[in-house]
Amino acid sequence: MTTRGAAVAAARVQTRRRAAELWSRLPLHSAVVLISLLWMVPTLGLLVSSFRPPAAVTSSGWWTAFEPPFAFTLENYRSVLTTYNMWGSFLNSLLVTIPATVMPILIAAFAAYAFAWMRFPGRNLLFFTVVGLLVVPLQTTLIPVLKVFTTLGLSGTFLAIWLAHTGYGLPFAIYLLRNFFAALPRDMFESAHIDGASPPTVFFRLVLPTSVPALASLAIFQFLWVWNDLLVALIYLGGRPDVAPMTVTISNLVNSLGQGWQLLTAAAFISMLLPLLIFFSLQQYFVRGILAGSVKG
Amino acid sequence: MSRLLLAFVAVAGVPLATAGYAWLVELVVSWLPARTGRAVRPWLWMLPASAFLVFFLVYPTIETIVLSLYDATSSRFVGLANYAFVFTDPGMLGALRNNLIWLVFFTLVTVILGLVVAVLTDRVPYEAVAKGIVFLPMAVSFVAAGVIWKFMYDYRPPGAAQTGTLNAGVTAVGFEPQAWLINSPWNTFALIAVAVWTWTGFCAVILSAALKGIPPELLEAARVDGASEWQIFRSVVVPLISGTIAVVTTTMIIFALKAFDIVYVMTNGNYNTEVIANAMYKELFNYRDFGRSAAIAVVLLVAIVPVMLLNVGRFRAQEEAR
Repeated sequence: MTTRGAAVAAARVQTRRRAAELWSRLPLHSAVVLISLLWMVPTLGLLVSSFRPPAAVTSSGWWTAFEPPFAFTLENYRSVLTTYNMWGSFLNSLLVTIPATVMPILIAAFAAYAFAWMRFPGRNLLFFTVVGLLVVPLQTTLIPVLKVFTTLGLSGTFLAIWLAHTGYGLPFAIYLLRNFFAALPRDMFESAHIDGASPPTVFFRLVLPTSVPALASLAIFQFLWVWNDLLVALIYLGGRPDVAPMTVTISNLVNSLGQGWQLLTAAAFISMLLPLLIFFSLQQYFVRGILAGSVKG
Repeated sequence: MSRLLLAFVAVAGVPLATAGYAWLVELVVSWLPARTGRAVRPWLWMLPASAFLVFFLVYPTIETIVLSLYDATSSRFVGLANYAFVFTDPGMLGALRNNLIWLVFFTLVTVILGLVVAVLTDRVPYEAVAKGIVFLPMAVSFVAAGVIWKFMYDYRPPGAAQTGTLNAGVTAVGFEPQAWLINSPWNTFALIAVAVWTWTGFCAVILSAALKGIPPELLEAARVDGASEWQIFRSVVVPLISGTIAVVTTTMIIFALKAFDIVYVMTNGNYNTEVIANAMYKELFNYRDFGRSAAIAVVLLVAIVPVMLLNVGRFRAQEEAR
């Protein structure tokens, strides 16, 4: 047999093997594709329905929107943004979320630095307490805090919810940042110390700039957690429409609109816009935060 | 608008305030003798965070335990009467039972499904896309997930055009449409399915990272020894990632115990779907009963304490291993 003939035969065997392999992997591929489709359908249904006219939504399934007549409209969005106060709620959500993201991170970074690089008696015990506080259910804290807020006249104000989210976000933030800071190289601190840098200088000039990835993960986490929160907003903002963030407004709409699916779906999608944007653009930081945040075994 | 101004002050003011505080601490420390200064500094660095933790977590938890022994208006000591209510009232017993169902089924299904997704996607070239799709619901609020799934479960009487995806599927294969959120006890499972949809991606992402941490030589060695893929999975992969499985499982248990938003939005606990967290909210806001509401919260806390101790223990072991 010539060498060329051998090569052709070998190639043929290889193609056949590849085909066989593809065939044997078919169940695997179909399982993955099926799961992905199953996970996408609910969101897809929401998205499609939010662009359909009310009559179409109540009389036919969302999947029929892909057949003629292709009736799509932006009216639902216009309607929820203006008549149902979603625009105001969107602003409220921003007003609640941005300060409630900035505040706990800085305060936590401070404590985390002390936990990671300062020596003091009881340091471990205190940090174990923080790890314990990670899982304390919010529910056990609501009544006393609400009472204090009411006495101070803070209940129903943005300040109340910023402070509350700062308190609730701290254990996770301290935990995550302390672990990150503790993993920074010791030499870095020693050389800074030799140069005569004070702890605040080391903290602001050295620790924070080198910890940007960890801070970003944490910021995304806290942002999504506050943006998506319903319970804390319900309790401390008391359901007043003028301060209600989107989660509260939508849960009220669910009760009052009942079957007004074209409006509910549009409202829900507006509330998902920013999280989805963050998810698609910063997914790696989000995943990194999740991985760092779970107490690893 | 004063609200905007306040938000701006908070966003710009907090970094300035922390920087100012840091320098103030340094100033105070520099006045003290060197040794005292070094001893005091860590405490001053932790002061702001500690103040928040004490005010928002430690003090209220203790106060809630105290309040649970008092009546609705916190004015008269009633002993364990509120706990008697929690463990005898038919509605509360239903809520406790439902939380148990959540605990078992939600935890099992998310962890197993998460593992399945992690293992399967590990073997396909479009892994990132598939994992991203399953993970995506994590970014969405439970309120939005509630709307999405209420729409999925939408029910029309037989004969009418079904607009809910699930009932359209069910009628297409010849069955009667079901009122998924009303028929007890299946409605609790319908709610759990929503939570599974949201959290499976979380489990998959963490477990998938653990899978990638397994040295490929180990798997190769097992393959050379003639082990089947299933044997490898059961006796090599699972033991190696058992620590991570435990972490994911405890996280899911905590979520199952605290489940609130999905129930609040989709059924508000009607049709026998009540859970502890929603019952607590109702006692607090609808009935204004601080005592009962506090007792429910304490029950929730007690259920979580074992998980908390487990977490702390694991963290200690991990620290000592460093």
